[in-house]
Amino acid sequence: MALSKDGAVLRLSPRDNIAVALKPLDVAAPIEVDDVSVSASQAIPIGHKVALLEIRQGDLVLKYGQTMGRATVAIAPGEHVHVHNVEGLRGRGDLAAGKATA
Amino acid sequence: MTFEGYHRPNGTVGVRNHVLVIPSVMCANHVVDRIGRKLTDAIVVQHPTGCSQVGADFEQTKRTMAGFAANPNVAAVLVVGLGCETNESKALAHEIAARGQRVEVIGIQESDGTTNTIARGIELTSQMLREAERWERRAAGFEHLILGTECGGSDTFSGITANPALGRAADRVVAEGGTVILAEIPELVGAEHLLAERSDDAVARQLYELIARVERRAADMGVDMRYGNPTQGNIAGGLTTIEEKSLGCIYKGGSTRLREVVEYAERPTLRGLVVMDTPGQDIEQLTGMVAGGAQVVVFTTGRGTPTGSPIAPVIKVATNSGIFERMRENLDVNAGTVVDGSKTLDEVGDEIFRWVVEAAGGRKPAAEELEFRDFAINRIGPSF
Repeated sequence: MALSKDGAVLRLSPRDNIAVALKPLDVAAPIEVDDVSVSASQAIPIGHKVALLEIRQGDLVLKYGQTMGRATVAIAPGEHVHVHNVEGLRGRGDLAAGKATA
Repeated sequence: MTFEGYHRPNGTVGVRNHVLVIPSVMCANHVVDRIGRKLTDAIVVQHPTGCSQVGADFEQTKRTMAGFAANPNVAAVLVVGLGCETNESKALAHEIAARGQRVEVIGIQESDGTTNTIARGIELTSQMLREAERWERRAAGFEHLILGTECGGSDTFSGITANPALGRAADRVVAEGGTVILAEIPELVGAEHLLAERSDDAVARQLYELIARVERRAADMGVDMRYGNPTQGNIAGGLTTIEEKSLGCIYKGGSTRLREVVEYAERPTLRGLVVMDTPGQDIEQLTGMVAGGAQVVVFTTGRGTPTGSPIAPVIKVATNSGIFERMRENLDVNAGTVVDGSKTLDEVGDEIFRWVVEAAGGRKPAAEELEFRDFAINRIGPSF
């Protein structure tokens, strides 16, 4: 677990490609955690996630060092990471239904 | 380490000394309500179940009522039936008595109407309330304690502050010889492998089967679980997927080996960490754990959930300082201090553990002080 110097973001595992905002982040707020240095490209609400690394469409999103979902579009470092660009891989009865009718 | 409790004849130890009035069927709700209005020291629950139910759904409903009534926090029980219900009141009372609980039973049809039943119910309940006064607290070892764990109204801080702090308290309970229930199976989806790594093969297989059941249900309905869980409030709080929620959820149970998997409202047979098959719906989960014998529950919340059980103290742990300040009257411990930097996870874990011991000894957490009496039985089949 690594906290940024200013205490604003927390990366729960060194494997993670995202971090959690412990405070609201303004646009252009600097994010420095471990050896990553990026700036927020949009405002990040408290408790929400920000990309630390380049995440390609289809890449797994890792939190606590574990898979929490998959990117539905490319996500640049500093971007807000949430339901608009990440989907879950589990409990996806909708996908099962799609397969059944295909 | 000990706590002060009521030693029941069947060997269990209660942390409260309630007299419970419970209908075997929804048709008796009016009668139990009237008894409760007259005798405010009695605990009355109402529910919309007990008739036109079959198979496993009926068995689960009956098991839940019997387990709840036989929880050691209850000194004596009055069952009120109608007379023609599926969940026959005398059979339910027999089931409660078989668990070593003091129980009386009355029926509306047998008593020639509701007025007579209310009068007879008040008489019997008054007598049980007088009898209950003779119980006194004595020291009990932690082998007699079952702690239920729950999170509701989660946010992204749940998995960072309150749940890991509760996990530390859960580890203490297990180290002292007690039992900890981890439940809400839909909120283990995506994190089950981490629990399976800490269990024997047979237990791991049972756990994977429960998870598969949840995902099959979503598949049968053709829906993405995300439409309902994480909830809109969870998503507003920053949780994106069920996996993310689950990975934060499992911290509540601590880090000890998973010993056993039990059915909804089934009493654990082993000590240590146990998984119970409950839904994520807060009140159904709470009722299931208490019916399974949990005398104390710790409930973490990020958005602010005031829920409480009619018969068990429910200790509320806030995941962030904002909600703790805004809903101070409904919350007991602030784990937001971990993010503020004023306390460590170990310190908040100690604070939760002390609260568990004190609540067991009689200290009332907010939900109990405010008289929250939420009760709901998880249905697994349709009414016929």
